[in-house]
Amino acid sequence: MTTSRDNLFASIRRSLHVKGDERLRAGIVEDRLDRAPKGIIPDRAQIDAPAKLALLLEKLVGVQATTAVLADYSEVPAAVADYLRANNLPATLKRGDDPRLAACPWDKTALDVSVGRSDGGDLNAISHAEAGIAETGTMALISGPENPTTLNFLPDNHIVVLSATDVVGDLEAIWPRIRAKYGKGEMPRTVNFITGPSRSGDIEQTILLGAHGPRRLHVLIVGA
Amino acid sequence: MSAQSTAHSFKANATGAMADAQLTGNLKAVRQNFIDKRAKAASELPEFEALRENAKEIKNHTLAHLDLYLEKYEAKVTASGGYVHFAADAEEARQITLDICRKVGAKTVTKGKSMITEEVGLNAFLEANGVTPVETDLGEYIIQLRGEAPSHIIAPAVHLNKEQIESDFRRVHTHLDANRDLTEKTSLLTEARAVLREKFLVADVGITGANFLIAETGTSIIVTNEGNGDLTQVLPKVHVVMASIEKMVPTLEDVSQILRLLARSATGQEMSVYTTLSTGPRRKGAFSSEVDAGSREENATKKEARAQARGDVDGPEEYHVIILDNGRSAMLGGEFQDMLRCIRCAACMNHCPVYHQIGGHAYGWIYPGPMGSVLTPSLIGVDEAGHLPNASTFCGRCESVCPMKIPLPKMMRHWREREFERNLNPAIARYGLGLWAFFARRPKLYALSTRIAMKAMRLLGRGKGRFTWLLGASAWTKYRDFAVPEGETFQAKWKRERGVK
Amino acid sequence: MPVESLASPDQPGAAPRVALFATCLVDAMRPTVGFAAAKLLEDAGCTVHVPPQTCCGQPAFNNGDRQTSRDLALQMIAAFEPYDYVVVPSGSCGGMISKHYPELFAGDPNLAGRAERLAAKTFELVSFLTDVLGVTSVSATFEGRVTYHDSCSGLRELGIQSQPRKLLASVQGLSLVEMKDNDVCCGFGGTFAVKYGEISDKIVSEKAVNAQASEAGTLLAGDLGCLMNMAGKLSRKGSAMDVRHVAEVLAGMTATPPIGKVTPDAAAKETTPRGTTP
Repeated sequence: MTTSRDNLFASIRRSLHVKGDERLRAGIVEDRLDRAPKGIIPDRAQIDAPAKLALLLEKLVGVQATTAVLADYSEVPAAVADYLRANNLPATLKRGDDPRLAACPWDKTALDVSVGRSDGGDLNAISHAEAGIAETGTMALISGPENPTTLNFLPDNHIVVLSATDVVGDLEAIWPRIRAKYGKGEMPRTVNFITGPSRSGDIEQTILLGAHGPRRLHVLIVGA
Repeated sequence: MSAQSTAHSFKANATGAMADAQLTGNLKAVRQNFIDKRAKAASELPEFEALRENAKEIKNHTLAHLDLYLEKYEAKVTASGGYVHFAADAEEARQITLDICRKVGAKTVTKGKSMITEEVGLNAFLEANGVTPVETDLGEYIIQLRGEAPSHIIAPAVHLNKEQIESDFRRVHTHLDANRDLTEKTSLLTEARAVLREKFLVADVGITGANFLIAETGTSIIVTNEGNGDLTQVLPKVHVVMASIEKMVPTLEDVSQILRLLARSATGQEMSVYTTLSTGPRRKGAFSSEVDAGSREENATKKEARAQARGDVDGPEEYHVIILDNGRSAMLGGEFQDMLRCIRCAACMNHCPVYHQIGGHAYGWIYPGPMGSVLTPSLIGVDEAGHLPNASTFCGRCESVCPMKIPLPKMMRHWREREFERNLNPAIARYGLGLWAFFARRPKLYALSTRIAMKAMRLLGRGKGRFTWLLGASAWTKYRDFAVPEGETFQAKWKRERGVK
Repeated sequence: MPVESLASPDQPGAAPRVALFATCLVDAMRPTVGFAAAKLLEDAGCTVHVPPQTCCGQPAFNNGDRQTSRDLALQMIAAFEPYDYVVVPSGSCGGMISKHYPELFAGDPNLAGRAERLAAKTFELVSFLTDVLGVTSVSATFEGRVTYHDSCSGLRELGIQSQPRKLLASVQGLSLVEMKDNDVCCGFGGTFAVKYGEISDKIVSEKAVNAQASEAGTLLAGDLGCLMNMAGKLSRKGSAMDVRHVAEVLAGMTATPPIGKVTPDAAAKETTPRGTTP
């Protein structure tokens, strides 16, 4: 009995006039997957580190995120507390067990910090980004117990910590880092590219923030 | 059978749409919004044109090797613990989805915005089989409440205004205070957010489409602004991805190139708010008893990563991908293959003068505008959808903004050729064209007859300059005047004044 | 005008031999456009020839009748290939020859080469003047404000946008004001205008509104099909706006009344009963 899978591949091959076992074609495909050639990389992000940071900050503001630049991780808790207070938000915070966040001096603030994934009851969450992409003002976050994906979407206010050393110029710069961590061809369960707070234009094409995901996105850049 | 079509009554649909003042008013806003934003985003990226060319090459390469990339992709998904299902048509895709839902005893499924599940008519089928689908994209949610199909592929409720949305919310959200104030758009958004949040948290299965599938890693990608797609795929126990075969791209680098075009072409954003790459189900900790230790070869780096990993604390426990054909494999290798480069950005309809007048529903099936006018006949047949490729002025604006450089007018013309070959056009058009061709093929007879005809028309229209009605041209003069010709043909006058040169 | 630099590719030193393809619409409806084109070409140092002609085949091509399109294309190729250049006062007919003829005969060993060669030497009138002949100004006078509609095929198939504006800027007394959405289709689309008349009407109605809002006295474009559509709508709306082919203004040949209009003299003359003296 032929399956839908067989039929589909047979139909594709009939249309393409191939059998599927041509060594030349297989070689071309193997080579492309192996080499993963880069395409066109925009000039705008081929700049030195300070300029990348400046571009990232500019792009973040352009996508309605807010930002603060900190000297080191010890300043993170106070910066979070300030941010929540300034926006009249309760002093609660959910985080994953990212060691960089775990090591922050949370006890020096009055913040009520809990650890784990979100079940929808958290107003505020903090995550550590894998990298920040200057060309578009994008945060790259990777799933795992260190930074659970639910923290990126369920809370109303999402704070993302980014190390200034992890600011990259272009989107493609992320992939070598991921391959180094997980192996070529392997991926974490989820990679989230986040560019600003959640929004919808579905009501008369008016852009409104806070559709289903966070209403606010605040980025703390550490070590700049 | 796929979703129901009314494409055969395109003309009547269009007439109805144009008589709907509400709709035409809403459509006016659509234009400037999308057009200006896209133009700005494209102009701010100097590499935009080069990226279009490269993106086209990437997809052409992928389509030429689609069987091999699909095999690679399938192997990667399986290796990451996911399941791949292949569906020949809409019916099979629906059945596979239902089977997955039934296996986990699903009562409610949340859905991310997906044109492909619209194409296969998934919602009605699930509902008929005791599973409640909840659309979670705000626009899709609104049209689901109204029992409508999307009128635009990235802005499904673009045909509605806030008063219409308010009345739908009041009709359906009866558990809320009847005296609440919903006059502001933000109040509507807040209400939808609260209502849907409850649905997200209780759904058993989350169904999304995919903007791309990556062969290198077995990854599916969704691109959204609201975050609903992410809540759909991260919260339930089971994540089902339904995607058609042409969503494939080879590598992470390749998809990065196309992502630069997608948001800019669609909404004028440089990146959509959420671009999410999903690979397999929730990862189990390396020391968990459930791990399938040593079941396949792993390189040293990965082993180390796994040893350090303590396993995900969220994410779906099952990950399924349903790969749908539904007629697309037959488009490969032929004159409609280029259509399979489409990334569903909607730039073509946003720039289409015909779409601007009639909106999306008039096209009668899932895919409106120029991309639909090419794709729909391929998927449901040109007998049903024959109007669509004809209802274009061939102004070429769609092709000029298509990020994937799809020659849309050319392919609409190919459909017209097929219709002509099969005698599907109206008899009057055929006879008219045939008669005209008879003369046009005979230059001497043509010159003589146009001389006589133009002289006669001049005489008929003497002193007027224009006809407000003209025998045989009523389809024209119904809406506009027809200029009276000068009287002598150019060729006759040239010969008379200059002699033959 | 760089007439010195002009030469027939076949005979160095001789003036280029240009075959004028007036288009079937100009031939039948508005010969003035053909004469205006001829004048512009002759002023730029070309010799102008008018081979026997009917239609380029575009209506058949766009209605899916490939056989008729090929027959008419072959007829065009045979009649026009002896000349150095083929010039067309229309972007859509020019595009038909230069972009679509090669498509029609692609893969045909006998005809592909001929179609390609004709395509390569075929140009829309205004872009031929500026881009091939290097014309930068014309010696015409036209008093008043005009607005210019970019016809789709010329704009998007042939890249004609700056060329007519450059030449219009040199017309004495003329001021160009741009209307909103000047690059948006007028709704003509050949047989589309009659097959989907109601949709076409909505599109051209918006064009008419935009043209009128520009407060120009005259609407210009480079394609007679679009012009007849826009003129027909403006006149149906009772607008006083004049509509002309851009070549008429560039050649200073505006004695002919605007499209769809008559001069009072002509009206009187034509309607006077035979045998009486006006």
